[in-house]
Amino acid sequence: EKLAARKKRKKEREALGDKAPPKAVPKTIENQRVYDETTVDPNDEEVAFDEATDEFAPYFNRQTVPKILITTSDRPRGRTVRFCEQLSTVIPNSHVYYRRGLALKRIIPQCIARDFTDLIVINEDRKIPNGLVLSHLPDGPTAHFRMSSVRLRKEIKRKGKEPTEHIPEVILNNFTTRLGHSVGRMFASLFPHDPQFIGRQVATFHNQRDYIFFRFHRYIFKSEKKVGIQELGPRFTLKLRSLQKGTFDSKFGEYEWIHKRREMDMNRRKFHL
Amino acid sequence: MAAPGGYHVWVGAETGALKGVNLRKKQATNFGVLNRGGGVCALCWGGPDQSELLVASLDRSVKLFSTEKGKFTDSWQCPGGDGPFCGIATHDSAIITCVESGLIRVWRQDGTEPLELEAGGGLCRMRQDPVNQQRLGTGGKENALKVWDLERPREPVFRAKNVRNDWLDLRVPIWDRDLQFLSSGKIVTCTAHRQIRVYDPASPQRRPVMEAMFGEAPLTALALPPGETSVVVGSAHGDIAVIDLRKGRVLRCLKGVSGGVRALQCHPLRPLLASCGLDRCLRLHHLGQGHLLHKVYLKSRLTSLLLSTHQDWETEEEEPPPPLEVKEEDEDALWDAMETVATAGNRPKKRKSSGL
Repeated sequence: EKLAARKKRKKEREALGDKAPPKAVPKTIENQRVYDETTVDPNDEEVAFDEATDEFAPYFNRQTVPKILITTSDRPRGRTVRFCEQLSTVIPNSHVYYRRGLALKRIIPQCIARDFTDLIVINEDRKIPNGLVLSHLPDGPTAHFRMSSVRLRKEIKRKGKEPTEHIPEVILNNFTTRLGHSVGRMFASLFPHDPQFIGRQVATFHNQRDYIFFRFHRYIFKSEKKVGIQELGPRFTLKLRSLQKGTFDSKFGEYEWIHKRREMDMNRRKFHL
Repeated sequence: MAAPGGYHVWVGAETGALKGVNLRKKQATNFGVLNRGGGVCALCWGGPDQSELLVASLDRSVKLFSTEKGKFTDSWQCPGGDGPFCGIATHDSAIITCVESGLIRVWRQDGTEPLELEAGGGLCRMRQDPVNQQRLGTGGKENALKVWDLERPREPVFRAKNVRNDWLDLRVPIWDRDLQFLSSGKIVTCTAHRQIRVYDPASPQRRPVMEAMFGEAPLTALALPPGETSVVVGSAHGDIAVIDLRKGRVLRCLKGVSGGVRALQCHPLRPLLASCGLDRCLRLHHLGQGHLLHKVYLKSRLTSLLLSTHQDWETEEEEPPPPLEVKEEDEDALWDAMETVATAGNRPKKRKSSGL
């Protein structure tokens, strides 16, 4: 029945030729997205002031250089260890340390004393990484993500080489709401400010339907408009579970945003990031 | 006492702006200069007529804001002690300020030496008894509830005692985050260890009279609905619940908040609860049925709020109909003039307009 209707419409369109009405845009979930009132308006001065003076202001004013500590939960297993090493090649100026029975709350003052700006903790479950805690160190916000679909370098089908030491460019896509802006700025503050275009490397954080996809590519401009890309580096997807104001403190922390499944997932067309 | 524009709720934000929110039109207006160093710590009414607000900020200044004129009329610096303000109140045209290090000062208008009280360090909240304005309650981290009378600044009138050791024989830590005075003289406190406690200063027992546990997140705000058999608590995870004081059971959970709750207030006459917090939204819930009435997105994280109880929600509603009625009368006059010319078609139309 539907096929018949579609064929009829196609015939009408061909018959009308130039005067045919434009094709109807199909409805997708992104098209039908419920308008979020927290969407950031670029001209809004209060939000601009808020962002200019929040915890990332020293980074965006180029006063601090990011220095990142990557660690895991206790006793990491094979895949997680390799994932951490690959992640540290992707993010410049990062160090991997292993934890054997050290509490996070005690590590944090030591990190602040040694001038680290960010802390990444990769949580592991049954030998695969499944969670990420990203904490901006001098009392900055802490974001807790669920990580899925992790692909290590040798599992990605390509023929490229290893990523070099050049500082990559950063692309942040589709972080429109106020919460999305905060998370986007957290990701941006991981990478140093001046990307080295000689390296032709780019790290992309793409947000779609509240899932953040991370990809790392090397690009070549074949001509004015054609670009060839080669995927290198690990890839993973993240979903934000909570954003805590202040450093990681699970017992007494104050949360800026928590994902509450029963309340927030009721509408299929409403997204928060 | 209608303020210009009819602001129902006044909210203070971390960026230093005082926002007046009109719930009919769902609009907010900013008053004050945006200044991160001057983030609002506490708000209170200047007097029982609710025409003035006292705004206490992070840079230790207390500003007087007039709701009728719509601007800040006066400002004072209140130095002394360490840490941000944790409470502000007025009594007999004197301002009482309290800072986190425990220094409570009563600043008088005539410029004499401020009266000082030392309440111990690590304070989280100071509140004034609405019935007996000379009494103040203070509570904080490892600083149990103390009730002070301004006439006797040396010693607290009532000093609470910690509960007995728990079942492992360990000392139970104290962290009072918020407290409220009940009209019967009792005091309710909520702690960051998820406990809600009721103390009775009149009884010889210094330990809490009633204790209840709620939730898995520290409780950060407390409000009293009219009737005083229950309390409303808000937590750092965004759970707001109405808890019965007689048995300690949860009566109702109010949903919708996705960040930590910083301030709660109930309307004394209507079943309304206003809440604001770190998720940058002001929400109004219906207390009896629990559904969300209003939600306004205010762009910065909010720290404190004040409900205007003098504003009448009903008077606002009567304004739109009068202009319509005026138009109806004009139309009637028009149809009356035309009736003599054409009779049949106009009758049903005239009947319809007069029915309205």
